[in-house]
Amino acid sequence: MDLLNINNLEIEFPSRRGTVKAVKDVTLTVQPGEVLGVVGESGAGKSTIGNAVIGLLEPPGRVSGGKVYLKGDQIDELPAEEKRKIRGRRIGMIFQDPLTSLDPLQTIEQQLVETIDLHLKLGEEKSRERAIDLLDQVGIPNPEDRIKHYPHQFSGGMRQRVVIALALCAEPEVIIADEPTTALDVSIQAQILDLMRKLCREKQVGMLIITHDMGVIADITDRVAVMYRGDLVEEGTTAKILGDPDHPYTKSLISAVPRPDVRLKRFPMVNYIEKEEDRKKDFDISTHWLGQARDFDAVDGSLVEVKDLVMQFVAKNAFLKKNRKMFTAVDNVSFDIKQGEVFGLVGESGSGKSTVARMISGLYTPASGSIFFGGDELTKIKSQKEMDYYRRQMQMIFQDPFSSLNGRMRVMDIVAEPIRFHKLTSSNAETEGIVMDLLEHVGLGRQAALRYPHEFSGGQRQRISIARALATRPRFLICDEPTSALDVSIQAQILNLLKDLQEELGLTMLFISHDLPVIRQMCDRVGVMKMGEMVEIAETEALFKTPQAPYTQELLSLMPKLDKLSHSGLEVEG
Amino acid sequence: MVSFLLKRLLQSIIVMLTVALIAFAMFQFVGDPINNMVGQDTTQVEREALKEKLGLNDPFLVQFGRFAWNAAQGDFGISYKYKTPVSDLIFERMPATLELAFVSAVLALVLGIPLGVYTALKRNGWLSKFIMTTSLIGVSLPTFLTGILLILFFGVILRWLPTFGRGDVVEIGTWATGFLTISGLKSLILPSFTLALFQLTLIMRLVRAEMLEVLRTDFVKFAKARGLPDRSVHFKHALKNTLVPVITITGLQLGSLIAFAIITESVFQWPGMGLLFIQAVSDVDIPIMAAYLVLIAFFFVLINMIVDILYYAVDPRLRSNDG
Repeated sequence: MDLLNINNLEIEFPSRRGTVKAVKDVTLTVQPGEVLGVVGESGAGKSTIGNAVIGLLEPPGRVSGGKVYLKGDQIDELPAEEKRKIRGRRIGMIFQDPLTSLDPLQTIEQQLVETIDLHLKLGEEKSRERAIDLLDQVGIPNPEDRIKHYPHQFSGGMRQRVVIALALCAEPEVIIADEPTTALDVSIQAQILDLMRKLCREKQVGMLIITHDMGVIADITDRVAVMYRGDLVEEGTTAKILGDPDHPYTKSLISAVPRPDVRLKRFPMVNYIEKEEDRKKDFDISTHWLGQARDFDAVDGSLVEVKDLVMQFVAKNAFLKKNRKMFTAVDNVSFDIKQGEVFGLVGESGSGKSTVARMISGLYTPASGSIFFGGDELTKIKSQKEMDYYRRQMQMIFQDPFSSLNGRMRVMDIVAEPIRFHKLTSSNAETEGIVMDLLEHVGLGRQAALRYPHEFSGGQRQRISIARALATRPRFLICDEPTSALDVSIQAQILNLLKDLQEELGLTMLFISHDLPVIRQMCDRVGVMKMGEMVEIAETEALFKTPQAPYTQELLSLMPKLDKLSHSGLEVEG
Repeated sequence: MVSFLLKRLLQSIIVMLTVALIAFAMFQFVGDPINNMVGQDTTQVEREALKEKLGLNDPFLVQFGRFAWNAAQGDFGISYKYKTPVSDLIFERMPATLELAFVSAVLALVLGIPLGVYTALKRNGWLSKFIMTTSLIGVSLPTFLTGILLILFFGVILRWLPTFGRGDVVEIGTWATGFLTISGLKSLILPSFTLALFQLTLIMRLVRAEMLEVLRTDFVKFAKARGLPDRSVHFKHALKNTLVPVITITGLQLGSLIAFAIITESVFQWPGMGLLFIQAVSDVDIPIMAAYLVLIAFFFVLINMIVDILYYAVDPRLRSNDG
């Protein structure tokens, strides 16, 4: 008998514009001790399956067909109260973001004891003992003391351990993990996946892992199911799906995964999902406005140079200056970026990489150190007017495409704003013509100009951000995690676009990412940051082949191994 | 925590000094105090002597310092109209206002929070929709109108409740309370409900909005996924997380309950500080106005301090940020 059997499941969301089938005829099984991965991009319906199994579909969503069996008992038609008793007791659930999964106003003891006592009826004292034991099992040091703490006193990785302990409270038979490591750094991700695999084998728990991350799939799952727009397109052993996929969607998905092991010219075959609109190159970039006035003062040596940069934040305020505790976010960082080069900054969260970008773009003022742009020292410039001259030459693309565009402005005005601000054109008609061309060039089409940001998907919004960044004809582009909020296929499209633009316009780029494979695909040279310090700077290929600093070696060793992935149809660079 | 409290205390003192300065400025610019004190037939010499005696020839700062020092000790001078110390007048009226504000605040909280929770949980129920619609009336009707309508209905037509005054009061020390007699309690009902209505709807709508927000969070979803019963999810986890903004608004509103009881007190002829103030305005009785101003500012500052301390009690994140 299967531990969990999802049989011909159909889920629909009735809406005013008709019923949306979120999940169509999906059949999955999980055996004890087995890890089944459900992979797919946003909107594929994978989380909906998890929510339906546990009986927490958001209304108006409903199961419209099929059955769910847990050890042979049908559970999808139980009354609400019976379903509640299964939740936590027989099926545990782990969510994506450990920072928001715990009640911030209760100690983890209160939360653990409440859950344990509810399901196992052990009484307060015994429940507490079990809670401490669970914390110990998930690898939290000093559980007797730590149990008294509030969630905010734990780091992200530790909180996810607490979440896992909470899901394990009543020894469930099945655990559904919805993107359990997406919000975590690679090193923490590896630890959490290890822990989950260990628990799964030891306790013979069946696990359903829902993720979009091929690295996680390759690392932990035994079998994989691939979802696409509500359909289960392919299912099989992990080795088979990753190494020799049959379905064209799976092939396209796998080819879009950034490789940690080889550098590709472009990402191939990524057009399955969002058809990369045909880019009408009806203008020649060298004669177009965008290509003109690019004859900046030639620089000898580096375009951007950063020397002994230091940034401090106040960690603990005090009345007297000497009592203030400062947190050094960036500590004596120096590097340079040559004209036309893509320089990568890589590091885990809190390593100070974004802070460096913000100092270069002038959003933060460094505590000490200097920034040179084209040979001029930016840190010495006092007047706003003079600064504008440099600002025009450097633009930024931010991580979150949802919050970096003003939702009350039309795309036309969003992209035109920098042109208007810097008074780069003589007439409004000219500005609008340029915006249209830009939108077409980034693959959105002219019609996009009249719409508002919320009408676009994440990938399309990031294209708008790129168009906006290009509007001042910059020569230096700062990309701060430009694709980490996007699905892999969209990421591949955006990275392809950035590569093309960089070549066409001869842009110099600072490319920040925590994702080593992406860095490998994009950058010429890389700087590795750790706790505010630069630990290593090297040519990308050299860094990946022969890392020098111990920290770089550690980071590289933690990278998800994707050697199971199919290599067919890839064009390797160099 | 201690340094935070000291900082807040310092800020409070600055606020109080500023308000005192404004109150003091009234003496300087609104009429001549000597004129208000003496009769028509007083000679110029006598006026000058009185001016000297009252210290009105001293430099501005000295006079202000004296005013602030006296005010800090509760001495606001002598009322022009009643010829008795202002502090006595105010303290005689204060119990009436404070009891009214207290009952209103309790009403607003005891009704507002559960109604807010209910309308958030049963978002689409007809009762929720009915409550939300009626609450619009509470927000949009001015206090004097609700007061008069209540008087008309319960006082004039039904004759259930008294329409003005405090009823019988019992003196406990210097505090005259209306809580201990039936007529006192009955008299409280209409004015306190009138005063509470706006706050009630405000708190209800705030709690509802915050609850809807919190019910969408991951930790509520995770609590449900652990199989916790609705009661625990809604009240133990969700409601507590809505409290920080609710405390802020309630604190500020309690201050305005005291300060803006004026209208309600006028409608119900409630013998509180507000009524005293209104009369003082029409009589240009500046010492009373100044004292009222300083006192209300003091209440606001005090309530804000308490609100800040409550934050610490409710939210552990604030406690540890401070070291």
